Amino acid sequence: MITALSGLPEFEYVKPSNLLEASRFLADHAGEARPFAGGTDVFVRMRDGFWKEKYLVDIKGLDGTNELRFDPQNGLKIGAGVNMNRVMQNPDVRQHYPLLVEACRTVASYQLRTRATIVGNICNASPAGDTIGACMVFGGELRVHGVDGWRNEPLSTFFLGPGKTRLLPGDIVTSLNLPLPPPGCKGTYIKLGRNQMSDLAIVGVTVLGFPQADLPSGYRFRIALAAVAPTPLEAQAAEDYLANHPITDETLRQAAQLAQEACSPIDDVRGSARYRRAMVRNLTLKALTLVWESLQTEQS
Amino acid sequence: MGIHRISLTINGDFHQVDVPSNMTLLQMLREKLALTGTKNGCMAGECGACTVILNGEPVNSCMVLAAECDGSDVITIEGLAKNGRLDPLQEAIIAHSGVQCGFCTPGIIISARALLDRNPSPSLEDVKEALVGNLCRCTGYHSIFSAILEVAQSQHK
Repeated sequence: MITALSGLPEFEYVKPSNLLEASRFLADHAGEARPFAGGTDVFVRMRDGFWKEKYLVDIKGLDGTNELRFDPQNGLKIGAGVNMNRVMQNPDVRQHYPLLVEACRTVASYQLRTRATIVGNICNASPAGDTIGACMVFGGELRVHGVDGWRNEPLSTFFLGPGKTRLLPGDIVTSLNLPLPPPGCKGTYIKLGRNQMSDLAIVGVTVLGFPQADLPSGYRFRIALAAVAPTPLEAQAAEDYLANHPITDETLRQAAQLAQEACSPIDDVRGSARYRRAMVRNLTLKALTLVWESLQTEQS
Repeated sequence: MGIHRISLTINGDFHQVDVPSNMTLLQMLREKLALTGTKNGCMAGECGACTVILNGEPVNSCMVLAAECDGSDVITIEGLAKNGRLDPLQEAIIAHSGVQCGFCTPGIIISARALLDRNPSPSLEDVKEALVGNLCRCTGYHSIFSAILEVAQSQHK
């Protein structure tokens, strides 16, 4: 039985001095230790009794985790400890990745975003994570430090289920790396919540579109769906359809239908599966139309 | 459970406090330091009653471990009045009757102070967005919004 506590349960707060020490500690205490940055998901899960970790390992301040840097050759690096407000206020992010700013803006409240991080949003692996779609459509990769050294994890294969990822005991994501945005790209994130701001998504639709001359339609669209499957989902059949057919209103409608068919939502307190399916189609069409219109405005 | 000795500045005063791992910043303020102006509402980062300014930015103090705050600078509602004079926001909230039960008020005023510090000329939309994380079930918000906008305008005179 789950019993909410009046405060946080007992655990040890651990602040390692370097990444190797942190990874070793997490590996040595597999199943009873968890890394955290902002804690906005972890503390709530602990307080509600869903998680019973003995150790919470603070990864803020470890090598590179505080870094937020745009490089015109390589793209954007967002350290695991960088909070969402800092990302939203960064001039380079605002100029080159406005879609990411738009997605962050829908997360909870200003004071929660002082703590919440994008890497934490990704690692929490909620199907409803608001910033995950933007990171996916930009082709994001995580930089991971484990007991055996460094590796990269593309977001396209990172999510295994609700709260489940390819991370192993001892793994610490130190940063998210986004490649340079495709030239001429336009994007939008449409979030349907029970209220206008701050709630979790009933459905979230992220669309990024950009010209790509070698495709039959001349454009590539990437579509990520939130809160409608066990993991954040990229609607590949819809993306392929848009790549291969001249873009018309009917093409956009057909793609929205394919996006709806790709999802497998559940009934929960925020909405029924049937409602979510209908909203995936409607909101995908709305998002595709918005992006297509701004792509054409750019050209004319 | 381990005890962590932390040093921090709260409302300009230096404090050294021994805190257990699972103590939140909110609990430390209220239960160790008797700074009970900061309220405990939802304990989940949703209601904003516990909002304080940590290193210059507003946070839900229920979502921060006290142990994380070593070396930090904290401002609570008790720290806004200067030399016996209330902060203009406090004056304006009183003048506009932006209070009924008063439970949300410290968090609202802290969020509003942080807003005016980062954006001295907010629009009504900016004010609403800055207060998304502060729930008030009494006032209907309008008196609060007009108080904050009045202070913003008077700052430019």
